[in-house]
Amino acid sequence: MRTATDITVDGLTKQFGATHAVENLSFQVRPGAVTGFLGPNGAGKTTTLRMLLGLVAPTSGQALIGGRRYADIATPAATVGAALEASNFHPGRSGLNHLRVYAPQIGVPDSRCREVLELVGLAEAAGRKVGGYSMGMRQRLGLAFALLGDPDVVILDEPANGLDPQGIVWMRHLLRTFAAEGRTVLISSHVLGEVQHTVDDVVIISRGELVHASSLDGLRALAQPKVVVAGPDPAALSGLVAQHGWTAAEVSGGLEVHAATAAEIGAAAFAAGVELHQLADAGVGLEEVFLQLTSDPSDAVSRGGAAA
Amino acid sequence: MSAAFRAELRKLLSTKLWWLLLLVMVAYLIFIGSFMALALTVEIPGAESPMAPGGIDQAKMIYSLTSPIGYVFPLIIGSLLFTGEFRHKTITASLLVEPSRTVLMLAKLAVAAVVGLIYGVVGTISTVAGSAPLLHWRGTGTFLQSREVLVLLGMSVLVMVLWAVLGTAIGSVLTNQVAAIIVILAFTQFVEPIARFAFAAWDATASVAKFFPGAAADAIVGTSFFSQGGAADLLGRPAGAAVLIGYVLIFALIGRFVTLRRDIG
Repeated sequence: MRTATDITVDGLTKQFGATHAVENLSFQVRPGAVTGFLGPNGAGKTTTLRMLLGLVAPTSGQALIGGRRYADIATPAATVGAALEASNFHPGRSGLNHLRVYAPQIGVPDSRCREVLELVGLAEAAGRKVGGYSMGMRQRLGLAFALLGDPDVVILDEPANGLDPQGIVWMRHLLRTFAAEGRTVLISSHVLGEVQHTVDDVVIISRGELVHASSLDGLRALAQPKVVVAGPDPAALSGLVAQHGWTAAEVSGGLEVHAATAAEIGAAAFAAGVELHQLADAGVGLEEVFLQLTSDPSDAVSRGGAAA
Repeated sequence: MSAAFRAELRKLLSTKLWWLLLLVMVAYLIFIGSFMALALTVEIPGAESPMAPGGIDQAKMIYSLTSPIGYVFPLIIGSLLFTGEFRHKTITASLLVEPSRTVLMLAKLAVAAVVGLIYGVVGTISTVAGSAPLLHWRGTGTFLQSREVLVLLGMSVLVMVLWAVLGTAIGSVLTNQVAAIIVILAFTQFVEPIARFAFAAWDATASVAKFFPGAAADAIVGTSFFSQGGAADLLGRPAGAAVLIGYVLIFALIGRFVTLRRDIG
């Protein structure tokens, strides 16, 4: 059985000279779920992960994994598997040897190295030098390193970088499986859309500060629904939108109506006798919410709502 | 600690630089050994007769060349144990599997001693292999049964071990690979040889020259090409070892408490 191991970040702050890379950051990551750690480039994601993993010393605050600092965990890489950058390899070492280098200190036999290479789909390339690996293969090798010790906690920095579409689907499936097994999964990304279909929870930071933490549904609640409508009489449609006080934007072949659901619009059109040829839910503008949350600090910011 | 040692050993042996550098050193030392033996024993018709007296002192001088000529090799391979990690950023993974930076440092120093032993044994054999046949053929004998000579060869191996360990300690301070290699090359091939001759030229500075790393190494071996030229006095063998180990400690402590205290990012 897996040991349920949560991650607690508490008042974490990192200053580089006068720059506040991370500022009083607090959030929690629960086991059995995939949590997306999101923010634009330079928001402090990597610095936070490096503090979590004992590579960077916090100026103040602490980051705990299962209640302990990373360095205080006995054989930490067997509890926490991490892949930080896809470029951290010696180009003259084979993929298999890259893993064999670290196996003794994780406390796993060499046979485990071949197992994880198999798992990430690199068995064929095991003997080849990493210098000849593609970006996607390096990403997979990084993941293989993270999985060597069969860890309860998996932390991946930008895992989708360099993966082709099939690779992204594969990664998504793998991460979902990990969560279902009870592992704690934390993945960072600067593109919400990349992880939107993978994560249960989101922690969003901007300029080193927390701007939002909730379930993905919690984030969705902040987003306005969008519906695309089209009909033979555009003027009547515009009138309908104006009459109900909705806002709308013209898109190719119709109107994109904001802040109203498809049901509301359909009912209104039926009542007004306006003919519709299309009434399509365009989903919630999650990406826009994300951009809004992370763009301007003076914008409405939702704090708290701690990750469920 | 033993796992950390095994990991470091695997890091070194899973890339090819250690044996490439070893091959270059072997070729270089065989060449220097045979060249020196030739120069000191073979009479060229018409030229002046060889200047050296022959005998065991001549053999010892040639056999002692492994360290003063070849020390750049263990220094560089030793430094790579650290600089390679920073160059390829594998230091991140290394500290993920072993967060204790002291353990990392000690494991690297221990592996440096092992690789230094390999370089020392192979290098010393190369120097002898290049020179002994010529000494036997033209000179006054190889003196390889002499206890004095055997002690010298053993000390030559020991000094090469210390050079490799010092290289690792230097690498922990100068983590930029290119900078470390340039500094090591410049110091060993240019700065120290000139400084040792220059410092030895005046009484006031001659006592300082004894404490240069190369002079300390010569003191451990017990014979020096430089001192043969009447240029420098040497420390005693234990004092020489203490000086060289002192250099290791200074660099290793700076590496541990300055470089390795920094954030890895």
